[in-house]
Amino acid sequence: MSAAPAVLDYEEPTAKTIAGVTGDWEMVIGMEVHAQVLSKSKLFSSASTQFGSAPNANVSLVDAAMPGMLPVINEFCIEQAVRTGLGIKAGINLRSVFDRKNYFYPDLPQGYQISQFKHPIVGEGEVLVDIGPGVARKVRIERIHLEQDAGKSIHDMDPEKSFVDLNRTGVALMEIVSRPDIRGPDEAAEFLRKLRTILRYLGTCDGNMQEGSMRADVNVSVCRPGDYERYRENDDFSHLGTRCEIKNMNSMRFIQQAIEFEARRQIAILEDGGEIDQETRLFDAKKVETRTMRSKEEAHDYRYFPDPDLLPLEIDQAWVDDIAAGLPELPDAKKARLVSEFGVTEYDAAVLISEPEHAAFFEAVAEGRDGKLAANWVINELFGRLNKEEKPIADSPIDATQLGGVVDLIGQGDISGKIAKDLFEILWSEGGDPAEIVEKRGMRQVTDLGAIEKAVDEVIAANPGQVEKAKAKPQLAGWFVGQVMKVTGGKANPQAVQQMVRDKLGVE
Amino acid sequence: MSVDADTVRRVAKLARIAVTEAEVKDLAGELNDILTWVEQLGEVDVEGVEPMTSVTPMRLKRRQDVVTGGGDASRPLANAPETQEGFFVVPKIVE
Repeated sequence: MSAAPAVLDYEEPTAKTIAGVTGDWEMVIGMEVHAQVLSKSKLFSSASTQFGSAPNANVSLVDAAMPGMLPVINEFCIEQAVRTGLGIKAGINLRSVFDRKNYFYPDLPQGYQISQFKHPIVGEGEVLVDIGPGVARKVRIERIHLEQDAGKSIHDMDPEKSFVDLNRTGVALMEIVSRPDIRGPDEAAEFLRKLRTILRYLGTCDGNMQEGSMRADVNVSVCRPGDYERYRENDDFSHLGTRCEIKNMNSMRFIQQAIEFEARRQIAILEDGGEIDQETRLFDAKKVETRTMRSKEEAHDYRYFPDPDLLPLEIDQAWVDDIAAGLPELPDAKKARLVSEFGVTEYDAAVLISEPEHAAFFEAVAEGRDGKLAANWVINELFGRLNKEEKPIADSPIDATQLGGVVDLIGQGDISGKIAKDLFEILWSEGGDPAEIVEKRGMRQVTDLGAIEKAVDEVIAANPGQVEKAKAKPQLAGWFVGQVMKVTGGKANPQAVQQMVRDKLGVE
Repeated sequence: MSVDADTVRRVAKLARIAVTEAEVKDLAGELNDILTWVEQLGEVDVEGVEPMTSVTPMRLKRRQDVVTGGGDASRPLANAPETQEGFFVVPKIVE
């Protein structure tokens, strides 16, 4: 067996085009993803990050910005940012600086967010976005910086008042900024999906979009075919259109809808001879449209400056190397290895690597067995059933050893695929050892040719009319196979029955 | 650098400091004086000199990822002018 390549070969997809009245248009999309660091305490305070706590239960006096309180950085959060950077093959900056981003809002008690502006902790990296077997888009990552999350304002509890919960205030976020290398709504969703998978492999973010652990701002502009390639020649943005930013999206489907709407809105304006105003927009999921949140004139003036409460963050190369040495196998490498080591298709490998637990389950089932057969049973039967019953793999009633047992029984010819499905049902609802169940319940496949021949002879003898028809019309041989399977309770080896029926009837 | 009346009004608005029209002219002058004074630093040649971030050599202090703070909503809420059901209550703020 040859060593697995680091990544499977791929070709870049073509950009999605939208036909306008004046010709074709393309989309250019960049994303800023906020990923919550999977830490117990906050970035600069020792309050809990627990989701769903009672309002303001996770607020220390630092988070409430009481006078005299000072931020002290959480070393674990630094490590997670470095891990994430290494996971996307990015350069790590051994010296980075925290800045204050100034604005006033009731859920930001400090009056500023501590972020990193000029000197982020992570530099340029890349994410390979899987589009389909053999097709992927390499999206360049510009930077990742650490910053504080803001609190939550609730506006619908009182007509005159807003309610503020500071539990999220100060929670560590990694802002992952992509270059505008995403070329369509589907690619945008796949980018987010792949990034989420990488973060989950690294264990640096749980990727839970419903709970807001991962949210994205999406920048969209449109251009004519060829303009994007001209931009890429020397990163000259003048070839691209004016962009609009759609804020705070936390659903793949909404992101796709918002991009589609926004691109068409911009094209309509441009084709009418208008110009795009650079602005921040919000997506209305009910109306499926984007609308102005604030224009460039109203844009915030954040007046960034280095936070005088915090020294520059300096880390050692040796520490970074230690973190690098402890990285797990990442999705691209795992996919390549599943293909080369277990012989599964790239499509199946892509399904299997979507969650680290899924891949681990498959490997446990496939170890020492037929990889393709194992993949079929893990994906189609087990994942299919788990999906249907909305169960996570951790709650699967069938473990890898049991499913491996089923695969063994099929592989040894002890049971047919059809009986295996019955066995799967028994394991799912009653549990137990697959080999024992097959033995005790007499589910073993009949491969004894003598027994099969006897059954075939009986069916042929009982149906002389059908025999005549089948001789004239060989497709009817299938009817005999079905009858034999019926009288043997589905336990006869189907291939053997088929062969024997054809031999006895003298048809091909 | 010269600070004009509009810049004073804008800076005051961004800092949420109430400045009356009568004060604008004097403040512009004072800010210009301060900036001119600071600008003298520009005369020093700092080519090749790293910015100094601390008088003594210090490393940014780190803490372990342990929860020891928070856990009592009554403390941060103690000084709030208005609270309800554990929330801070503020005048409606819909952007």
